[in-house]
Amino acid sequence: MSIDTSSAPVDAGRRLLGRVSSAFTSPKYGPVLVTLVLLIAIFAIGGSRYRGFVSGPVILNLFVDNAYLIVLAVGMTFVILTGGIDLSVGAVLALSTMIAASLLQSGWSASVVIPLILVLTSVLGLLVGLMIHIFKIQPFIATLAAMFLARGLCYVISKDSISITDPVFVSLAQTRISFGGRMSITASVVIALLVVLVAFLVLHYSRLGRTVYAIGGGEQSGMLMGLPVARTKVLVYVISGFCSGLAGVLFTFYTLSGYSLTAVGTELDAIAAVVIGGTLLTGGYGFVLGSVLGVLVLGTIQTIITFEGTLSSWWTRIFIGGLLLVFIVLQKVLTARRR
Amino acid sequence: MNRMFSSRLFWPVVMLLVLFTINLVAFPGFFSLEVKNGHLFGSLVDIARNGAPTLIIAVGMTLVIATRGIDLSVGAVCAIAGAVACSIILGSPEPGSIGTVAVAVIAALLIALVLGLWNGFLVAVLGIQPIIATLILMTAGRGAAMLITEGQILTVNSPPFKVIGSGFVLGIPVSVVIAAVIFAAAALLTRRTALGLLIESVGINPEASRQAGVRSRGLLITVYTFSAFAAAIAGLILTSNQTAADANNTGLFIELDAILAVVIGGTSLAGGRYSLLGTLVGALVIQTLVTTVYTVGIPPIATMVFKAAVVTAVCLLQSPTTNATFGRWRRSLGRGRPGTRTAERASVS
Repeated sequence: MSIDTSSAPVDAGRRLLGRVSSAFTSPKYGPVLVTLVLLIAIFAIGGSRYRGFVSGPVILNLFVDNAYLIVLAVGMTFVILTGGIDLSVGAVLALSTMIAASLLQSGWSASVVIPLILVLTSVLGLLVGLMIHIFKIQPFIATLAAMFLARGLCYVISKDSISITDPVFVSLAQTRISFGGRMSITASVVIALLVVLVAFLVLHYSRLGRTVYAIGGGEQSGMLMGLPVARTKVLVYVISGFCSGLAGVLFTFYTLSGYSLTAVGTELDAIAAVVIGGTLLTGGYGFVLGSVLGVLVLGTIQTIITFEGTLSSWWTRIFIGGLLLVFIVLQKVLTARRR
Repeated sequence: MNRMFSSRLFWPVVMLLVLFTINLVAFPGFFSLEVKNGHLFGSLVDIARNGAPTLIIAVGMTLVIATRGIDLSVGAVCAIAGAVACSIILGSPEPGSIGTVAVAVIAALLIALVLGLWNGFLVAVLGIQPIIATLILMTAGRGAAMLITEGQILTVNSPPFKVIGSGFVLGIPVSVVIAAVIFAAAALLTRRTALGLLIESVGINPEASRQAGVRSRGLLITVYTFSAFAAAIAGLILTSNQTAADANNTGLFIELDAILAVVIGGTSLAGGRYSLLGTLVGALVIQTLVTTVYTVGIPPIATMVFKAAVVTAVCLLQSPTTNATFGRWRRSLGRGRPGTRTAERASVS
C-alpha cells in the first residue's frame, strides 16, 4: 500500500461510488436495486400523503394479502430464468382451490387433500415440461394448453363458488401470529417466506439452481458443459406447477372458498412481479428475492390506490403496465451497455 | 414446396373433418343451409359468423408471428375499440344516424392504429421482446378501456352500429363479409407482392435480412399496426353483436384463441414461413370445436377442456419429434410407395 494516507479516504469514497454505480448499471443487480429504490420511494410517497401508511400493520398486511402471489412469483422465477414462460399459473391456482373446496366438502381430510393437490399440480407441471422438452412445443403454447385444461376442469368440478368449512383450513386461515400491537401475520406468510428461503437456497447453492441459470445464459453451452439441461428444463415446470398448487392452497386460506373464476389474469401479475423484480425475460439473470420485491411493489401500489379511495381499481392495471414498461426499457438499456 | 405446404395443412384439415363428422352424426342437419327472409341460416353459417372476430385477429396475428413476434394486446385493443365507439355513439345527440356511427368507427380504428404503432415502436425501435412489449398494452389496455367506459357497461341502441355485428349483406352476415375482405386483402397484399417474402425473411433471420437490405423496422411497425387494426375491427364486431361495450369481457382470451388458430394452422411461433390458409383452417377448427361441444350435448362449461385436448393433439402431431417418428415409420413401410400419402393429402385439401 503505497497510497498517501491523506488521499486514502477520498480514494475509498471514489471506489465505493464506482462500485455503487457499477452495481446499478449491471444487468444482474441493476434492476433489483432500482426496484428496491422504487419500493422505498413508493413508501415515502405513501407515507407523505397518508397518515399511518408507513406502519407495521400496513407492511405486514402487504405480505398477508400477497402471500399466494409471492409463491406464484417464485415458481415463475424458476421458469423465466431458463428463458421459458408459464401462462398456466393462474388457472392452476384456481383449479387447486376448486379441488380443495370440493374434496373437503365431500368429507376428505385436510391432511390428505393438501398433499394430493401438491402432487396433482406437480404432475400437471411435469406433463407440460415433458411436452416442451420431448415434443419441442414452445413453452407459451404448452402452458397455454395447460391453462385451458386447468380452467376447464374448474368449470367441470363446479360452476359455483364452494365455501370451505373444514376446521383445519378455517383454523389455518384464522390463526394469526402476533408481534404485539396490531401487528400480526398469518400462517400463509410463514409458508410463503419458507418457500422463498428454499428457492433462494436451491437457486444459489445447489446444482439444480446453477443449471437453471446456465440454461438461461445459453442452453447450448450448458449442454456442452455436460449439465443435465433436459432434466432441469422439465423440472422448472414441475416447480412452477408445485408453486401454483401451493399458492392455490394459500389462496383458499385467504378466501376460504373455491371458485372457478378466481385469479383470472394472475399469471400476468406473477410475470409482472418477476420482471419488475429484475429477472431478465430472456433468462439467465434474476433473483428470487427480486421477485419478492416485485410482488411488494405491486402490492404497495394496490395499497396506495386503496388509501387514495377516489382512484378506481383499474388504475392499478395502468400503473402496472407503466411500471412494466419502465423496467423493460431499463433492462434493455442495461443489457445493451454491457454488450 | 407444395409438399411441405400441404403437410402443414394436413393435420388441421383432418381435425376439422373429424369435428364435422362428429357434428353430422350428432345432428344430421349440420350441413343444411336455408334461406329465411333472404338471409342465409345454418350451422355452418353460425360457425363462420361466430368465428369471424377470431379469424380477423388471427390474420393479423399470423403476420406478426411470421416476423418471430407475438401480439398479446389484441384482446385489450378489442375492448378499447369497442369502448371508444360506444362512448362516442352514446355521447352524440343522434345515436342512430349513420354519420355518428361512421365517426365512432373511424375514431376507434384510428386509436387502434396509434396503439399498433406503439407496439411496433417498442418492438422495432426499442428492440423489446414482442411478448413483453405487447404484455404492457395487454395489462394497461383493459385499464384504459375501463377509464373510457368509466367502469360501466355501455349499452348502445344504434341500428347502423348493430349492422356490423349482426347485419346481412346479400344474405351473408356482415361480419363474415368483413372477415373475408380482410383475409383476402392480407393474402393478396402479402402473397401477390414481395411483402410476404420480406416478412418471412425478417422472421427467419432478422440480421441476415437487414444485411440483405430489408427494412425490418418499417415492416415490423406495419405488421403490429395491422394487427391492432384487425383487433379493433374484431372488437367493433364483438361490441356491435352484444350491443354493449364491456371493458372487462370484450375480447377476453381472444388473443389466445387467435394464437391457437395460427399455431393449429401450422405457422410456427418461431417465425418465418406462415400460412394464412392454415390460419383460416385453424380458426374454423376452434369455432367448430365450440359448436361441436354444443351439438353433441357436452356441457358448454367443458369447452375449455376440449380446447386444451385439441391444442395438445394438434401440437403433438405437428411437432418435429412426431414428424421424425412418422418419417421413420413411413420409410420402414417401404420406399417404393412415396405417392400414396401425397395422393391422400391431395384428396383431403
